Amino acid sequence: MAASSRAQVLDLYRAMLRESKRFSSYNYRTYAVRRIRDAFRENKNVKDPVEIQTLVNKAKRDLEVIRRQMDSRAVAQAEVHWHNLSSLQPPPPRFKQFSYLSLLISWDYRRTPSHLANFCIFSRDGVSLY
Amino acid sequence: MDVQATTPLDPRVLDAMLPYLINYYGNPHSRTHAYGWESEAAMERARQQVASLIGADPREIIFTSGATESNNIAIKGVARFYRSRKKHLITTQTEHKCVLDSCRSLEAEGFQVTYLPVQKSGIIDLKELEAAIQPDTSLVSVMTVNNEIGVKQPIAEIGQICSSRKVYFHTDAAQAVGKIPLDVNDMKIDLMSISGHKIYGPKGVGAIYIRRRPRVRVEALQSGGGQERGMRSGTVPTPLVVGLGAACEVAQQEMEYDHKRISKLAERLIQNIMKSLPDVVMNGDPEHHYPGCINLSFAYVEGESLLMALKDVALSSGSACTSASLEPSYVLRAIGTDEDLAHSSIRFGIGRFTTEEEVDYTVEKCIQHVKRLREMSPLWEMVQDGIDLKSIKWTQH
Repeated sequence: MAASSRAQVLDLYRAMLRESKRFSSYNYRTYAVRRIRDAFRENKNVKDPVEIQTLVNKAKRDLEVIRRQMDSRAVAQAEVHWHNLSSLQPPPPRFKQFSYLSLLISWDYRRTPSHLANFCIFSRDGVSLY
Repeated sequence: MDVQATTPLDPRVLDAMLPYLINYYGNPHSRTHAYGWESEAAMERARQQVASLIGADPREIIFTSGATESNNIAIKGVARFYRSRKKHLITTQTEHKCVLDSCRSLEAEGFQVTYLPVQKSGIIDLKELEAAIQPDTSLVSVMTVNNEIGVKQPIAEIGQICSSRKVYFHTDAAQAVGKIPLDVNDMKIDLMSISGHKIYGPKGVGAIYIRRRPRVRVEALQSGGGQERGMRSGTVPTPLVVGLGAACEVAQQEMEYDHKRISKLAERLIQNIMKSLPDVVMNGDPEHHYPGCINLSFAYVEGESLLMALKDVALSSGSACTSASLEPSYVLRAIGTDEDLAHSSIRFGIGRFTTEEEVDYTVEKCIQHVKRLREMSPLWEMVQDGIDLKSIKWTQH
């Protein structure tokens, strides 16, 4: 596998900062932006391509962590918004189903989404939590 | 700014927990299907993460519902197991309420407990500890970092003393784990309590480290199906322990970065307050001190009124467990703080997510309100006029 180029690393950095700025919580948002900046700055002189790839892979995983949080928060906020709009009536059942389903899909990141209806778990891939 | 009371969940911890709250909801003790196997694998992974943070073996980690339960298991469990030969325990006067209360309940069972005093710095005198150890002492319990004043006890030295005298050493490390480097073998610790929600993990989970070599025997407090090696029966809450494990792993990676940053922010807070306000005392030894827990006493200002004035900042005047009572903190009393200064103390907590702006805002408001409250205080007026308050004879009406 070819090592990541400077351009790819910069793209990743920009993507991470962009996603981090979407945190609605002030403390999470400021922490994510600050930590990402400091981490990339600290590692900017790393020359060993194997080490660079390890760092890039970790950054990609962290980016996915942030993205998943954005998805689930967007869903949670959409449900609250709907509830506020029609405060006398509960949200229509189809909407509830849709938002819950999309939450399950976004958190099912270790498998393909198509298995959602099937609860038999057979795959035994070794997974690290992050 | 009350991180000693609790901390927010780190987003990385939430990410690790969610699958186990949604799809992977099996009971880790179910041996017959994949739900159980997966859940058990996650639980063991978390155990390994907790163990590697403190230099332990995963078989030495038992999951509990929090540091309070861990402290109860350590103190009551060890004392009761060895009760036929050993009837004495040693602890300090500045321990957490759950430790002191466990000791009190053991006294009712017929045990003897020595509550070691602390010096003005908040640190125990090692010679006093050595003198207090008797032939029938089973356990010494000293917390690593105090939750009210942030003082760090000399754990490695205490471990050395206890190991040479063949006494078990327990430490309540709830405020220290993941924040300062700890190694149970280097420091000769036999039992350690860990809390999830102090290290950016979920509430309702903790762990206890119980040494296997040489084996520490503990009488179980909770009877049941024999989970957790028979020492803590009950279904292990997979999502919570996965969160605890992830929190420990993140803490291990971020320890140096966080410590450097928190030290800088703490320095900023203390310097800015002290240079603008006279008569401010920092409680606890400034050198052997965890920077993220700062306890300041503002003379001639009542602590509760200052807290009410700083109502848009989350602060506390002592630990959350004692905040309901009107008495000043027993920890401050133990370090010899005057009654009036003890009533004027505020604890500032700085954590991973605290920003510079938050610190500056808190400092500014604190200075503003202390000045305002002092203007209103007749005691302050008298001090400004050069009167020594201790020489006043207060008359009865």
